[in-house]
Amino acid sequence: MKAIDKPFFTEVGDIARFTGRFFKEITKPRQEYEEFINQCFWIGYKSFTLVSITAFIMGLVLTIQSRPTLLEFGAESLLPSMVSVSLVREISPVITALICAGKIGSGIGAELGSMRVTEQIDAMEVSGTNPFKYLVVTRVMASTLMVPVLSSLAIAISIYGGYLGVNMKGSVSWSLYWFQAFDALSYGDFIPSLIKTFFFGFGIGIVGCYKGYNSKKGTEGVGRSATTAVIVASLLVFILDLIAVQVTDLLGLT
Amino acid sequence: MEPSKSIIAISKLNKSFGENHVLRDFDMSLAPGENLVILGKSGSGKSVLIKCIIKLIDADSGDIMVLDHDISMMDQDEMDLLRKDIGFLFQSNALYDSMTVRENLEFPLRRHWTKEQRESQAEEAVMEALEDVGLSHTVNMMPAELSGGMRKRIALARTLILKPKVILYDEPTTGLDPITAREISELMISIQKKYKASSVIISHDMNCIRMTSNRVITLIEGRNYVADTYENLMKNTDPKVSEFFR
Ligand SMILES: Nc1ncnc2c1ncn2[C@@H]1O[C@H](COP(=O)(O)OP(=O)(O)O)[C@@H](O)[C@H]1O
Ligand SMILES: [Mg+2]
Repeated sequence: MKAIDKPFFTEVGDIARFTGRFFKEITKPRQEYEEFINQCFWIGYKSFTLVSITAFIMGLVLTIQSRPTLLEFGAESLLPSMVSVSLVREISPVITALICAGKIGSGIGAELGSMRVTEQIDAMEVSGTNPFKYLVVTRVMASTLMVPVLSSLAIAISIYGGYLGVNMKGSVSWSLYWFQAFDALSYGDFIPSLIKTFFFGFGIGIVGCYKGYNSKKGTEGVGRSATTAVIVASLLVFILDLIAVQVTDLLGLT
Repeated sequence: MEPSKSIIAISKLNKSFGENHVLRDFDMSLAPGENLVILGKSGSGKSVLIKCIIKLIDADSGDIMVLDHDISMMDQDEMDLLRKDIGFLFQSNALYDSMTVRENLEFPLRRHWTKEQRESQAEEAVMEALEDVGLSHTVNMMPAELSGGMRKRIALARTLILKPKVILYDEPTTGLDPITAREISELMISIQKKYKASSVIISHDMNCIRMTSNRVITLIEGRNYVADTYENLMKNTDPKVSEFFR
């Protein structure tokens, strides 16, 4: 199955137009605060467990696997610093975003897709509620806000996982580990990492909504929307990550 | 404004999707209090026609006057206001399946009623609409828990909540068993009596048409081919018309 069924640049253009519509609609009157709060809750609730478990394992595994290499150079004491820098800058945000691309992207794609094919979106339109504002704007905003929250949570948990990893062989006290980890970290690590997660969240929300909102008729169309939302959103996460690293580099934040 | 002769007046309506010319110079009018049936083969553009009436689909050309408003000239806000007076029953019911029956019925109120109105009068309106369709006990249920006939009734109750002046029914009895289909047709008649609404009914269920219609339009090749009463159409010898009655 192909992720897109039209020429690549047509699809990119359509997503760009959809994004443009998002910015146009968000300024229109009647904000759907209640639905936005609902969506924030659901997005957080649905991904919380998976993000936590994965982050913990990533922290643990990364530490265990890095140890032999550092040991070879006699730099075992650098383990906490090295691990925490990679966890904060890259691993936690990207893993969180990929999990969210899977859970949130497919969830929104399937939900809006089935609403499209069963004419629920048309029914909203007919009853005077702007479905784009009610469904799309709220979900995109919620995912833009919640992916950074989940990513921050993932950072904290993965660093804790790293601490347990360090202590599996050899022992470092919690306070020493904490000191070494944060000594290596600066705002230049946290801020770009946080900023890029907002973009990840926005991208995931937009792609999920785009795929669902424009779903094709039939139950097959719904499944397609969900699957292709995951594929495109995951790819977008990596592309945004690539752009983010270039931008931080140019700004001298490395 | 002078009271008009027709609730809906359509002239020279055209709509195509690419090469597929669905409606060609379609004309029709709906008189106050009238129940008008649109009869046509599947894929003939019946749904497209009533979606044009409520502007879910933009027509390519032609005039559509609804309740004395030219809908092609109206912006989103004006259209929302007009839609308050138009009930639309979707063929698929289009119930919000993440919401309870109560929330489904309250949904159209969010735009048209103030917060105070909703707090004080919504419950009463919901119960009245549910009583009209005989399903008061389902108010806290989810659409998925209901049978096909019940879902149709709830969808109908949702279109009634704002007390529409016109109701557009898209194949209200298709996919239902004959007994339920008959109940829905009877319900449509009693609702039209109570709400004094005019209606456009898309159907190819002969029982439903016989029971509900004052007049029938046959939509053939995108045109208003013949319009007449059900009884007269039955006697029509034109093969394109008589094939519906075989
Ligand atoms: N959104 C759309 N895009 C393209 N073609 C459409 C669309 N909606 C309807 N059509 C086409 O218009 C024709 C009439 O459809 P419709 O009005 O749904 O038929 P019916 O009379 O069974 O309700 C069909 O050929 C259908 O494929
Ligand atoms: Mg139809």
